[in-house]
Amino acid sequence: MKIRQELTKISLKLIIAVGIATIAIISIYSFVSIQAQRNELLSQTEIYANKLSETIRNSTNLSMLENRSDQTHRIINTIAQEPGLREIRIFNKEGRIMFSSQKEFIGNMVDKKAEACYACHTANEPLEKLPMEERMRIYQTPQDSSRILGIINPIYNEQSCWEAECHVHPKEQKVLGVLDVKISLKDVDAQISSSASRSIAFAVIAIALLSLIIGIFVRRWVEKPVNELVTATEQVGTGNLNYMIKNLGSDELGLLAKSFNNMTQKLAEARIQLFQSDKMASLGRLAAGVAHEINNPLTAVLTYSSFLLKRIKDNPQLEEDLNVIVRETKRSREIVKSLLDFARQSVPKKNKSDINEIINSAISVVDNQLTLKQVKLEKNLDENLPPIKIDSNQMQQVFINLLVNASDAVNNREGKISITSKIVNLSAYGTLQIKSAVCSKRHSLVDEEEKIDSMPTIKLKVTSNGDVGYLNIDPIYGKNRDNYKIKIKNTANVQVSCPKCNISLLEKDVYCPKCKSLIYSFEVPPKGMFEKCINPKCDWQRWESVDEAGYRDFIEVKVSDNGCGISKENISKIFEPFYTTKGQKGTGLGLAVIWGIIDNHDGTINVASELNTGTTFTILLPADNNNA
Amino acid sequence: MLENMTKDEKILVIDDEQVILDAVSRIVTAEEIKVDVETNAKNALKMLSQKKYSIVLCDILMPEMDGFTVLEEIQNRKMNIPVIMITGYSTVENAVNSLYKGAIDFISKPFTFEELKSAINRGLEYSRVQKRLEEAKSQKNGGALTFVPCPPKYYRLGNLSWINIESEGIAILGATSLFLETIKELKNIELKNIDESIVQGDSCANFITRDELVHHFLSPIGGRIIERNENLSNEITLLEKDPYFKGWIYKIIPADLEHDLKFLVSCASDRL
Repeated sequence: MKIRQELTKISLKLIIAVGIATIAIISIYSFVSIQAQRNELLSQTEIYANKLSETIRNSTNLSMLENRSDQTHRIINTIAQEPGLREIRIFNKEGRIMFSSQKEFIGNMVDKKAEACYACHTANEPLEKLPMEERMRIYQTPQDSSRILGIINPIYNEQSCWEAECHVHPKEQKVLGVLDVKISLKDVDAQISSSASRSIAFAVIAIALLSLIIGIFVRRWVEKPVNELVTATEQVGTGNLNYMIKNLGSDELGLLAKSFNNMTQKLAEARIQLFQSDKMASLGRLAAGVAHEINNPLTAVLTYSSFLLKRIKDNPQLEEDLNVIVRETKRSREIVKSLLDFARQSVPKKNKSDINEIINSAISVVDNQLTLKQVKLEKNLDENLPPIKIDSNQMQQVFINLLVNASDAVNNREGKISITSKIVNLSAYGTLQIKSAVCSKRHSLVDEEEKIDSMPTIKLKVTSNGDVGYLNIDPIYGKNRDNYKIKIKNTANVQVSCPKCNISLLEKDVYCPKCKSLIYSFEVPPKGMFEKCINPKCDWQRWESVDEAGYRDFIEVKVSDNGCGISKENISKIFEPFYTTKGQKGTGLGLAVIWGIIDNHDGTINVASELNTGTTFTILLPADNNNA
Repeated sequence: MLENMTKDEKILVIDDEQVILDAVSRIVTAEEIKVDVETNAKNALKMLSQKKYSIVLCDILMPEMDGFTVLEEIQNRKMNIPVIMITGYSTVENAVNSLYKGAIDFISKPFTFEELKSAINRGLEYSRVQKRLEEAKSQKNGGALTFVPCPPKYYRLGNLSWINIESEGIAILGATSLFLETIKELKNIELKNIDESIVQGDSCANFITRDELVHHFLSPIGGRIIERNENLSNEITLLEKDPYFKGWIYKIIPADLEHDLKFLVSCASDRL
């Protein structure tokens, strides 16, 4: 296991790779250089052998012509004294050894298949001319350890030969015999092998040294910084965001370490921010609980003490004491009140702000998280958006929440989130939400129980042919996704009323301009009256104050991801408080809070999602709210 | 002593904490007003249908049934009883919501003897005005109308305060005739300073009566005060004489008019 771990180490891999490359290069180089040396030495020996052979032939020439074999013998023997010379012999055409530096072989026949004759006698008809390089042969006899270089030198018939007095050689003979000189290659071989072993030793040392140097530097420049980075990542992974990597120089790994430090620092900041907002939320809940619980006993103290104080007018000492109680209880009251004020942040504090700036600052908060997850963020912001009146803190919270949700939904690496902002011009018809509705007796008609697209509907009581039922109206002006829970049989004879006080909502003597059915109406404070036709098949509706305003500019911000998506069953629940898919990790309040914030800004938030394809949140904020 | 006490006036206090009920009934009985107390909101509703009460004091956060439901139920049953909400969770949202949903007043816990007394005083006065109004209706003589409804252009917070949005994003606010009607013998009012901020549903002025009671005046909207009606300090009767015009209290620049308007009632709807 440990070896395996070692083997997978990047430094070892590097060393092995570089080592193999060095071995290959040095081996090839050594091999080539040994070969070259060997050839050089051999060719020198050959030249020497050739010259020697010529010298012997020339010096024996005269004694041959004079047929003085004893002189020939002497010359050969003298030359054969030369160190390294093994044997000098001359044999005639039949292969009989005529002269030899080793006397015991004189008179022996040479086997024509033997190495000395081989060059000429391979073909059936013996060659008479032999090129220089083919006269040479290197061989090793079994009884001898060193190699031997043999050189043959044919002795050709010349005019002086056949005209000599001995008349041994006729004129027709071409080759009279062969001079064969054998030189031992012992020294040469020793030189070659010593140079080869030197080369090999050099190669081995070079390889070892190179590996060592590479090893040291890899360890120093790669392994150590990488180990340091791994430790840092593990530390950050376990939650220690204060871990800082020591200065690792200015190379790529050093830069990586620097940006890692930068990232953890930002992450720590973001965590503090998140922690802070979480703390605020829990403090808010705590404050609400504490305030309620503490205020009851405080009430008893304050009422009784102030009541007592009122009745004691003739006892200054007691009055003073009671005054302290009243004063201090009032002080406690102020403390609790300020705690509640602090916890309560629902009322937006609106200022003219640039929405792109808010988006950018939200991105900077979550950027580190996205980088860590290697999620790609695409930003496409319209530079020419008008400033609008919004609570920048709350809006930032909205975008941070949406971006964090998106990054939770996508896979690492393949994840892509895009955020776009642009200005759109929409008719209120089909976009504007009816957020409040009252009957003429000021009863709210808004039904929080039944929702369309997560928005509360408007509930009306309908009586038709004696049946009593309810009608839930689509809160989006112009969308007509009304939910009739009663069958309307005769559109001229129905009653529409407030579910609470039964006051009629039907307009008198006014009929639908499209289908002549009855029309009901209710007030949408503070935006005037809303009118609609009772006929389920008719889409006529009118919201005069809104229609008069005509087309309105909205700033549209879209946050989309290519993540896991939301199923159809859950999409209606996502804006509900305490609905969460994140288990223990989430409070389920994020989107509910977002919804509240957007709602408080008179905007709308919609979600479109498909399982395993992605989710898009679209926020519309009125762009012309500057005067509000 | 409360003036104009009539023998048959009785109040009902609903709170899930016994100690609150004890404290309230102690004070109220000392003022010689009859009182019933109940810890359970459902029982309280039963009591309301059996007996006649002049006003109801009701806690908001209660187990089983909360104060808003009681308030709604009282209105659904057309009981015509003024309701004063009490809560320990005293946020302005709760105050504004209570008034929007039809409560006539809102007191936050913990309250002093004086605060409770002034609220009850106003509540009883309110119920008397209502009674007179009903009598006037049944007798069909319009002359008995003792208060002036606010002009149709105006918006009001409960029956306490009104605003009128002027041009250039400035709003004028004041007290409704009905609110002033419930405060007998106004001596003087304490106003906030110019440039101070006020919050919707929070007290923005104190109305002090001759019997030294301090009535908190809850602001209809939030914003910054840019002008206050200095004439009021010289001539306090301006308020009652002309509550909707010369008797204005502050001119303010609203902080978030659109948000605040959600909790206001258009005075135009009063005339339906």
